[in-house]
Amino acid sequence: MDASQARAWLYAVADSIAGQADHLTQLDAAIGDSDHGVNMNRGFTAVRAALDGAPADGVRGVFTLAGSTLVSRVGGASGPLFGSALRALGKALPEQGDADTAALAAGLRAGLEAVCKLGGAVPGDKTIVDAYAPAVDAFEQAARAHSGDRDGGLAAAARAAADAAQQGMRDTIPLQARRGRASYLGERSVGHQDPGATSTWLIFQALADTVTTRRP
Amino acid sequence: MKKFINHPDAVVREALIGLSAAHPDLRVDLDGPYAARADAPRAGKVALVSGGGSGHEPMHAGFVGLGMLDAACPGEVFTSPVPDQIVAASRAVDGGAGVVHIVKNYTGDVMNFQLAADLLGDGGIEVQTVLVNDDVAVEDSTWTAGRRGTGATMLVEKIAGALAETGAGAAAVAAMGTRVNEASGSFAVALTACTTPAAGRPGFELPEDEMEVGVGIHGEPGRRREQLLPARDIAAMSLEAIMAAKPVASGEDVIVLMNGLGGTPLIELYLLYGEVAGMLEAAGVRIARNLVGDYVTSLDMAGMSLTVCRADAEMLRLWDAPVRTPALRWGV
Repeated sequence: MDASQARAWLYAVADSIAGQADHLTQLDAAIGDSDHGVNMNRGFTAVRAALDGAPADGVRGVFTLAGSTLVSRVGGASGPLFGSALRALGKALPEQGDADTAALAAGLRAGLEAVCKLGGAVPGDKTIVDAYAPAVDAFEQAARAHSGDRDGGLAAAARAAADAAQQGMRDTIPLQARRGRASYLGERSVGHQDPGATSTWLIFQALADTVTTRRP
Repeated sequence: MKKFINHPDAVVREALIGLSAAHPDLRVDLDGPYAARADAPRAGKVALVSGGGSGHEPMHAGFVGLGMLDAACPGEVFTSPVPDQIVAASRAVDGGAGVVHIVKNYTGDVMNFQLAADLLGDGGIEVQTVLVNDDVAVEDSTWTAGRRGTGATMLVEKIAGALAETGAGAAAVAAMGTRVNEASGSFAVALTACTTPAAGRPGFELPEDEMEVGVGIHGEPGRRREQLLPARDIAAMSLEAIMAAKPVASGEDVIVLMNGLGGTPLIELYLLYGEVAGMLEAAGVRIARNLVGDYVTSLDMAGMSLTVCRADAEMLRLWDAPVRTPALRWGV
């Protein structure tokens, strides 16, 4: 992945979040406080503006800038969590230039660890982690299996990650929330899809769309 | 849902412009954004900084002033402030004696204040944090994010703020805040959902004959939905839940906050307060001080929260100390 692909991914996330903002807010209204779509849209709109105004840097700079922008602009739990994930991803990548698929896998793993450390969530708590953790696992496996591909396995890994994130997102429906605002509802949180896991899927879906359409 | 707004995205900023126009005692920085005492920083005084999502007015900016907060950081509606604004507010009011953050126990608030405290610590400003988690409707267990910070937040801000005004150190001020939190329990019941400006419609639908029991202050549904009961039974249910978690013995003093969530007429709050007062009197508990009104709200939610704080003599003395803020003022 090079810096222009990294930017294209984040712009695609911004487009996707903007299109799904109402849906995300509706999901949040059921078990939270009706602001997830609004907050994510505000954050990624700010990310887009920050990237527009920043020099064409390496992949590391692109992700750390995006992460810092989310931490500074979103608030709530989403800002620190998604922002820390992107910052950790950036910091795990080479200081200059591009990142190969193995480095990206390590960065995504570092992002997941940052989220778990900051939020204290584990798989099954009905959070971002329920989509993010299986996505990272799938990305790593596919990256290894497809390392001989022309693109170093990036497209295959991204597609596998998006599919796993989507499954993880759907699997949050029967869970009872144990973290975040939805946990206050106790058993009443069962039967609803987690908004944070949904945003996580949108992010991985945007990655898959970006790397498969730009570099066939 | 109709609202007096210009644009959903501008609500917080435009309300701060109005707050600033109404209260010259405040210095409102629209870029932070934060609201600070105009006379801050005060050399040698511990600075109290709180904040949280907007939509709970008058909390927190309405509690900035003599004897209470030095600064408040309003986030977007129901969204915690970001670390940058907490850092900016803390730096603006730091008088060299340390900073105490008063944080309601929500995942986002805790994270953003923690990130801010880390940044402030890197810059040489030591921060002590008081975590408020008084809502007894939520079990404090591994199954939840822990009890929420609700009505007791204003008691913590008043009493710790009064202690800070005496020149007490940061550790003592924080310890007092924690003591007030531990002595307090709250419980809330809602008759309607609230409508955030961005969503434009109520967060949930509630039939005419039902109520949400054990709600928080963010328009989320409560712990359970029940048939609507007479006010007497709602008062009893709330008081029993609080007493079970934070027992008060006969002969002890309490501060009672009968708080409206934004859409409940004062006449109903007084009716509820009368019920609670009668029950506490019957139990031999003395209501040493009380407040009835909208202090910790949830936008336009019709609902009430009851907070009972078991108060010792020192807390009562600090409660009575002068306070001059937009929403609370006496003794000056």
